[in-house]
Amino acid sequence: MKSIYTSSPFAHNNSSVQKVMLQVQLAAFPALLAHILLFGYGIIIQWFLAVATALLVEYVMLKLRDKPVLPNVTDFSALITVTGLVFCIPPESPWWVIVSGSAFALVFGKHLYGGLGYNPFNPAMLGYAFLLISFPAEMTQWTLPKEIAGYSLSFWESFNHILFGAVAHAPIDSFTGATPLSAVKTGIQEGVSAQQMLQAPYLETGWWNLTAWGWINLAFLAGGAWLIYTRTIRWQYPVGFLGALGLMAWIFHSINPDLYAPVSFHLLFGGTMLAAFFIITDPVSSSTTPLGRLIYAAGIGVLVYVIRNWGAFPDGIAFAVLLLNIAVPLIDRYTQPRVLGHNR
Amino acid sequence: MTNVWQQKWHDYQDIAQKGLWNNNQALVALLGLCPLLAVTNNSVNGLGLGLATMAVLLTSNILVSLIRHHVPSEIRIPVFIAIIACAVTVIDMMMHAYFYTLHGILGIFIPLIVTNCAILARAEAFASKNTLDKSIVDALFIGIGFTLVLILLGAVREIIGNGTLFDQADLIFGEVAQNWTLYLPDSYNPVLLAILPPGAFIALGLMIALKNLIDQKAKRPSLVTIPVEVKVSN
Repeated sequence: MKSIYTSSPFAHNNSSVQKVMLQVQLAAFPALLAHILLFGYGIIIQWFLAVATALLVEYVMLKLRDKPVLPNVTDFSALITVTGLVFCIPPESPWWVIVSGSAFALVFGKHLYGGLGYNPFNPAMLGYAFLLISFPAEMTQWTLPKEIAGYSLSFWESFNHILFGAVAHAPIDSFTGATPLSAVKTGIQEGVSAQQMLQAPYLETGWWNLTAWGWINLAFLAGGAWLIYTRTIRWQYPVGFLGALGLMAWIFHSINPDLYAPVSFHLLFGGTMLAAFFIITDPVSSSTTPLGRLIYAAGIGVLVYVIRNWGAFPDGIAFAVLLLNIAVPLIDRYTQPRVLGHNR
Repeated sequence: MTNVWQQKWHDYQDIAQKGLWNNNQALVALLGLCPLLAVTNNSVNGLGLGLATMAVLLTSNILVSLIRHHVPSEIRIPVFIAIIACAVTVIDMMMHAYFYTLHGILGIFIPLIVTNCAILARAEAFASKNTLDKSIVDALFIGIGFTLVLILLGAVREIIGNGTLFDQADLIFGEVAQNWTLYLPDSYNPVLLAILPPGAFIALGLMIALKNLIDQKAKRPSLVTIPVEVKVSN
């Protein structure tokens, strides 16, 4: 009998980049459905535009870098990057927003650093930060949910609007508006208390008294729970992030409820759940040690709260993630687990 | 006699090539990046700062080259800095007098030319060791190389980030230049990032990469057949 000599560990892990990426894509499905139901078909068109851009950019960049095209495109990492980006941008924004954002994310966020595995920054958030800084006007006009606008665009209207800027019935201002995060922020700056702002009609209406934004966050939570169950992502990310964000919100809300919105507001509005389960969990640009992951996620949570309350932008996930991405080498260095047999 | 002139001409060509390309202060030595990155959100600003820097460089190279045998090497750096500071002060006051608006736009970056390492580097590495004529040629071509990068960087960032080219050219060229500005079509939506600080870093990085690419392509040897000796043993 022939013996095979190998060294430990003997653990088997039946996963590949491809499989993980597809699982993440699948987990985003509930949120995609909720998004379509609540905000219309815009996101589907944006997604197809983003995927087309991603394929083109990947092909060109891989050719330029003299790398094989097929294995690098079919690892689906670009798909996850642009999917994350699509969820961040307003669903009715013009086509060049998602096209330039996806191209920037992939070229400057991934390929220039040497491709998947070498990027220090989360490409999707880099693309989103690029869009936030470059096109501030387009990025703040979010489509209003159907119940509030009293009107929703059909698929073809969305299509025409995104690609040609044509609106069939109503001007764009009649069905887009500020997101709740930015509305509450402006309200508080104008002296309205946070409590009053939250009772504004469009922050209360919705199915079972939960707003459209709340539903989307819950859909991300559901998808994320499945990701944790299948061990595609580590529990440290959502726990650290949501814990830190919730704790910050609770502390400040207890100190002054007029100035600071309650915990539920911070957890159910903006991109909180998207970030907790789909963005900060990117294995390439986040910390690699268990404790490091917790610190990394908590750092993002604290920064998101800080930027939401005292920063210039309504939501701070992109900037918080990018800042902590830079801190990852340092975090990793100081959280190395003890090697078996070594003293402290 | 002709031989000497030929030699000089050859030296000048060498200096010029180094200043413009092989040792370009902005693209190769990466000196003077602070003003380079800060003012190039517009091609005209780039040109303004480039000319000011060149004027300072010319003055300092001339003076340093003239006194190079009289300065003890222990205190040469303070002496060079004093000379540069004088030149900068003069340029600053002249720009204040003749290009008032441009002076206001460039603001702190004109006095800051004092700390531009490119100028001290040329004084230390070239002018203090070379004759007057060579130092003048060096200052001119280093200055032109730096200015060209400033203009190019400013133009790229202005086109992408503002949708214009040569905006406010009248600040340097006077009334004539008031309608030199070129506009991209209205449907173009400016990418603000390009005129913000990150845009400067990204654009400069791409320019350096482009230069390296050109160098690489130029260096690639043409197909040379290498004779191979094949021994066939029977």
